Amino acid sequence: MSEPPVAPTRDDLSARDLRDVRTFVRSGTPWVWVTAAAIAASVIIVLSLLFLIAARGMPYFWPADVLVAEYREPGREPVPVMAEVVETESATTARLKSAGLKVDEGRLYYDRHLLKVGNRDLYGADFRVLLADWLVERRYPETVVVLERMEWGNFYGELEALLRDGMVVNVGPGAYDAWQQRQAVAGRLHNEIRDIEKGESGAINYGLERLRLKRRGLELSEKTTATDPEAFEELTARQKELDARYAELQGRLGKLYEELRRDSVRMRAVDGQTIEIPLAAIVRGFQPNAMNVFEKLGHYAEKVYEFVADDPREANTEGGIFPAIFGTVLMVMLMSAIVTPFGVIAAVYLREYAHQGLVTRIIRIAVNNLAGVPSIVFGMFGLGFFVYLVGGSLDRLLFSEALPAPTFGTPGILWASLTLALLTLPVVIVATEEGLARIPRSLREASLALGATKAETLWRVVLPMASPAMMTGLILAVARAAGEVAPLMLVGVVKLAPSLPLDMNVPFLHLERKFMHLGFHIYDVGFQSPNVEAARPLVYATTLLLVSVIVLLNLAAIRIRNRLRERYKALDS
Amino acid sequence: MTVVSKATPLIQGIDVDSRARGRPVAPVAERAIQVEKLSLYYGQKQALHEISLDIPAKKVTAFIGPSGCGKSTLLRCFNRMNDLIEGCRIEGALRMDGRNIFDADVDPAQLRRRVGMVFQKANPFPKSIYENVAYGLRLAGVNRKRLLDDTVEWALKGAALWDEVKDRLEDSALGLSGGQQQRLVIARAIAIQPKVILLDEPCSALDPIATLKIEELINELKEEYTIVIVTHNMQQAARVSDYTAFMYLGDLIEYGNTDQVFTRPAKRQTEDYITGRYG
Repeated sequence: MSEPPVAPTRDDLSARDLRDVRTFVRSGTPWVWVTAAAIAASVIIVLSLLFLIAARGMPYFWPADVLVAEYREPGREPVPVMAEVVETESATTARLKSAGLKVDEGRLYYDRHLLKVGNRDLYGADFRVLLADWLVERRYPETVVVLERMEWGNFYGELEALLRDGMVVNVGPGAYDAWQQRQAVAGRLHNEIRDIEKGESGAINYGLERLRLKRRGLELSEKTTATDPEAFEELTARQKELDARYAELQGRLGKLYEELRRDSVRMRAVDGQTIEIPLAAIVRGFQPNAMNVFEKLGHYAEKVYEFVADDPREANTEGGIFPAIFGTVLMVMLMSAIVTPFGVIAAVYLREYAHQGLVTRIIRIAVNNLAGVPSIVFGMFGLGFFVYLVGGSLDRLLFSEALPAPTFGTPGILWASLTLALLTLPVVIVATEEGLARIPRSLREASLALGATKAETLWRVVLPMASPAMMTGLILAVARAAGEVAPLMLVGVVKLAPSLPLDMNVPFLHLERKFMHLGFHIYDVGFQSPNVEAARPLVYATTLLLVSVIVLLNLAAIRIRNRLRERYKALDS
Repeated sequence: MTVVSKATPLIQGIDVDSRARGRPVAPVAERAIQVEKLSLYYGQKQALHEISLDIPAKKVTAFIGPSGCGKSTLLRCFNRMNDLIEGCRIEGALRMDGRNIFDADVDPAQLRRRVGMVFQKANPFPKSIYENVAYGLRLAGVNRKRLLDDTVEWALKGAALWDEVKDRLEDSALGLSGGQQQRLVIARAIAIQPKVILLDEPCSALDPIATLKIEELINELKEEYTIVIVTHNMQQAARVSDYTAFMYLGDLIEYGNTDQVFTRPAKRQTEDYITGRYG
């Protein structure tokens, strides 16, 4: 053997001096730092985003103390103020001056409060911005009452009297407790009315509408009372029955309403105006300044529950967002049920049966590019193809009795799910294909060698083993679909849906109905609301909820995937 | 070396240049499989050159030869596993019960139920031990619990694995050791009662003790089944087989009684190989 041309190794074994830049780079240490920094940055961004959303959204439900003070603006009459301090910020003197305020120009900054004064019916606006320095004689009297109302937002004031049928029944210190009792009764009555209207009354209306459609269907098929007397008689009989039940319900409802309308409270605002508010228009009333921390916590929990479980009020700026949560989850589930089989079947053909050549390569590229098409384009496709073409044809073929009112020929949850299924199809196909490619050849051969056909091998060995990959695809699809808004605006989401797409009326799942969606709700409340200041915390709270819903859906899917992985872990060994 | 004394007089240690004679070789009392002028091409490349040989029934036949000589390729013709390879073309015939298995109307799935195969690396399904053995039965439409239970037990006993796994039939097969997995795979193959079992280097990934167990098992199995084994371990071929075929570069060089091939090879190439001069 001849000598090697160069000696590549050093003589001593001691570590090299890392102060030399080249050795430092070659040692790999900077690489570790760069990779770690990338991860740290992602984690920090995600956590701060969540923190911001939570910090802005969570305090919305807290019953803050109500401030009573006098606002003394120089050169004007002092005004009494009663309000919640929502926000405090600094404003430059120059800016305040240009707004026409008589400020001391020697100072650079003034603190300024955003105050929620409520009483929109009296003042015209819920919010006022006042300079902190001019708010004097600040007090927090325990007698201040906050009313959450069905309409006109919150009322801040003091309780003057409790009335029944227009007559004062209680004044003075005992009035508050007496009113709280009456309010609880009113709340129960209100719930009873709502249950009747949504439940029984809704069912009767639904039944009447179906009867009307049936009659119309008979007429369309050119049947008359002369040719088919039995059919029409049966319809008439059933209609009479429903009408009777409806009349009976109306009677009950009338009594309940009458009872509910008897009670009211007389409230006095801080500027001395008095107003009578029927208990029926009040959601709840409380004295925040008199509550201790635990009472406030209880109130907080109650409000959070209401937010999650109730219907929205007042153009979505008050109340809960239950229909939106429900719509989002149902839509995502429908989408999953559509996209998973569709995507898996497509991937199986592409990977297992199709001849791997130019055509399959082109198809693969096309599928991947589909993932990059803007979602609004999918929305337009959904509107044009699903809603107008497919839905319109369905209406003409199957629901002609309802025309010209469309049944499926209008945006609805089915079309929204289908559109999102198309949108997320590439993710499922790609993930499934990769899962199929990872199944070892030896296992396919094992199955074939035992006399299985290719299809049997697919069903019994390959697909079960690829199921974790399919779940991965589904997880990605769910994450994308739950957060998508733009296409939904075209194919089924509305600001306020009168009824849920799933209820107790046969056939229970109403695929043609429009629905509410958390993502659209955020847009609607945040940017389409008549009362932007009031709605802003709600936007954060809704966002937090949407993120939580997505996380929950994902966690469920991840759990299923991990269990599948555990079962079919041969790939990793 | 139990096999050595069992030499069958029917088989002569003749040279078997199949192309020269153009007829099946190694006359056997009962032939399970007859290979006639079998040539196999991968695209343009010819991997097997007109191989002709007879596989005796209920005996162990070993294919030996250096890597790439085509012994595994030949073995995979027996249950048409080569069908799966794109661009693979076969000429000639392979007769079993008088039928050419390459005929168009032969169902490969049915063929593979008669000709079981055990691969180089144990490949149990990621299912329970029980379900692994029951796989072929379920494919055949057997769903009666009693019948399944009995057959699984019978097959596991047949593969000398029953005593080791009878208490954990529902556990995952992937928890077994390499040797146990290989015996499980054999149990899976015999559960559907094939006539022929093909073993493709079944011990190459196993330690000596596991290898010994498999070899003992092969000795027992040949009472019932025709066995063809591919091995690159010549001691193993000598220990377990009754007949040995030596292949080199896609040609069958010599085929005969194992005893004879190893002690008095007729061909120079065979002698060179078994004495370790190449391969």
